[in-house]
Amino acid sequence: MAPTENDIAIVGFAQTAPDRRTQLTEADLVLHATRAVMADIGLDKSEIGFTVSGSCDYLSGQAFSFVQNTDAYGMVPAINESHVEMDGAWALYEAFVRLLQGDIDVAMAVGVGKNSNSDPSTLYTIEFDPYYLTPLGTDTWSLAAMQARALLESGKATERDFAEVVVRNRANAKSNPYAQVSGDFSIDELLAADYVRNPLRLHDLPPTTDQAAAIILARGKRAYDLCDRPAWITGIDHRIEAHLPTVRKDITTSVSTRLAAEGAGAGKAPIEVAEVHAPFGFQELIVAESLGLDASTEINPSGGALASHAVMVAGIIRIGEAANQITKNGKNRTLAHATSGPCLQQNLVCVMEGDQ
Amino acid sequence: MSHQPVAVVGIGQTHHKRKRADVSIAGLVREAAQRALEDANMDWGDIDAVVLGKAPDLFEGVMKPEMYLADALGAVNKPMFRVHTAGSVGGSTGIVGSHLVSSGRHKRVLSVAFEKQSEGNAQFALGGGKGASIGAGGAFAPFIRAYIRRSGAPEDIGWMVAVKDRLNGAKNPYAHLKLADITIDKVKESPMMWDPLHFLESCPSSDGACAIVFTDEDGGKKASKPPAWVLATAMKSEPGWYSGRDAVNPQAAHACSQEIYNTVGITNPREQIDCAELYVPFSWYEPMWLEAHDIAAPGEGWKMTQSGATALGGDFPVNMSGGVLSSNPIGASGLLRFAEAALQVRGLAEDHQVGGAKLAIAQAYGANAQFFAMWAVGSSLNPLG
Repeated sequence: MAPTENDIAIVGFAQTAPDRRTQLTEADLVLHATRAVMADIGLDKSEIGFTVSGSCDYLSGQAFSFVQNTDAYGMVPAINESHVEMDGAWALYEAFVRLLQGDIDVAMAVGVGKNSNSDPSTLYTIEFDPYYLTPLGTDTWSLAAMQARALLESGKATERDFAEVVVRNRANAKSNPYAQVSGDFSIDELLAADYVRNPLRLHDLPPTTDQAAAIILARGKRAYDLCDRPAWITGIDHRIEAHLPTVRKDITTSVSTRLAAEGAGAGKAPIEVAEVHAPFGFQELIVAESLGLDASTEINPSGGALASHAVMVAGIIRIGEAANQITKNGKNRTLAHATSGPCLQQNLVCVMEGDQ
Repeated sequence: MSHQPVAVVGIGQTHHKRKRADVSIAGLVREAAQRALEDANMDWGDIDAVVLGKAPDLFEGVMKPEMYLADALGAVNKPMFRVHTAGSVGGSTGIVGSHLVSSGRHKRVLSVAFEKQSEGNAQFALGGGKGASIGAGGAFAPFIRAYIRRSGAPEDIGWMVAVKDRLNGAKNPYAHLKLADITIDKVKESPMMWDPLHFLESCPSSDGACAIVFTDEDGGKKASKPPAWVLATAMKSEPGWYSGRDAVNPQAAHACSQEIYNTVGITNPREQIDCAELYVPFSWYEPMWLEAHDIAAPGEGWKMTQSGATALGGDFPVNMSGGVLSSNPIGASGLLRFAEAALQVRGLAEDHQVGGAKLAIAQAYGANAQFFAMWAVGSSLNPLG
């Protein structure tokens, strides 16, 4: 396609090796991811018109933790820079909107999360309504188990289906050099494990990961300077829904995912590959259905979020992996999904296309 | 260029107080948002997307509170975005909201910023819960001492700013501090906090929220009250420490305002800008920012304070709202600056209105005086004629 000056593409993606417990700081991780993506496409930092990161103070255990992370950018002279307290996928959304202002043509989005600092079953009790939900001590795992139970009782899926998702993702992850968890497992072997939060077993839960990822976006013809086959973002949208899962009509489906997919124009043509951010394996079933995907779409060739799951990074990695399918693997139309909040409360969908 | 004009058509804020025990966090943000919607003559359903900004989550002890606040802010089934850029976050929240409209992504966007400091302990949180926090005053006092030594400013400049901003705050019905009887002597005799900053030269700790409704050009033209037009936005960052850094006059501060001036076509800020809301959490930052943003020549900023130029009736009023010195709900403080600048060019600032204001700037800064967010707003798209 001949890009207009309002067309924006992903031209570079890099991630650090996922680590269960790194000795590096978040700033180190950002440094490695951003230097890697710039080196990969031959970009100098002075060519970047806007830099934005997504990270979370509570993962670092430090107020203003992103401030130290910005030391990785090299901000002398001063740069155009921003930060979101959301997954890097939303940082990418801000970069996309910033590029549309028309005064710059290259932007960098970063996600970083050092998840090993904390115990997820205690930390995530405080990301809820502080008056009514947090005091109950409910954690993300328990709420996900509630959602899984609802899915089982709806008759849409079985525990065997949950295990199948895990087996498939872990097998896919074997060919992903950036997988923390991968390998060949049998469904029966997985189903023999004990519950962690009934009906969820350990393999249904997201791995705990320290990681960073960075994506370079370019506007208009500039994209071809940096990439032979840019992944043009033809649609991107994100939606949130009610916080309390009990307020939502049906937690076995994801209304916000469906709305974001519609907003991103996902259904306008077939999707060859979808990278779905399902922290809990069974959520892939909910998201795939809400995205309107059928058997013709390959889901999570990277192994998805079950291969590595740094909160604040897993979403932007989905976008990077789906972009790689176009920039490096010859695919023409792919989709990436990112999620946040209890029981898939907030969802982002990004649709990309290559030149044909 | 896809860049389209953006109008501010609704502004709302809470009555800022030490402790808003009458509302939850959701109640606080909703109060500001509701006022902004009423000002815009809109309802919740008219809004296409919501942007939420606040300073560190550790201040209230709620991780990613935008998740829980989606319901209170009418964001269900809409895009909701969360910004955090340290003390400049309120400004960034306004800029990100305006960009969603200028990019053509949305027609009507609600930006909300808040802090409910009474629910936690900011001083504790600043130290990462590990203690040993020197606090913001402790961090900035050395820069202020350097400014005084460098400029030769007399010691009463800080006291004058403290008095002026509190007298302005006394005219603002939403201000936290209303110290109509404040005097230079009272400031001078208040306890020394971080030399040279006395207690009354420091910002309060507030609960509060601020909200702005943005629309596209069509919405601005059809608005029931006069709109403010967003003429330029800028965000600049530099490291908090580096060899040769000028922390008194940070290069990022200068770059940020220069970008604003270049975009709007401002060649003589002092003459062409009618008034400014600058992030002044400690008194001396008024003359420091006047210089860093090239409104006054180097070493001359304090003379604008001394001569009364920055008072409400002066030729370059600064912090007509009473500023951060009168209300400091940290995450909202930047958006309050941006909102006051817009109120001024809309002519809706009532008792703290600068007569005939057509072009105003607002600024917020954060962390180690290293993150800057600014905008310029006008009563028309071309206030310089």
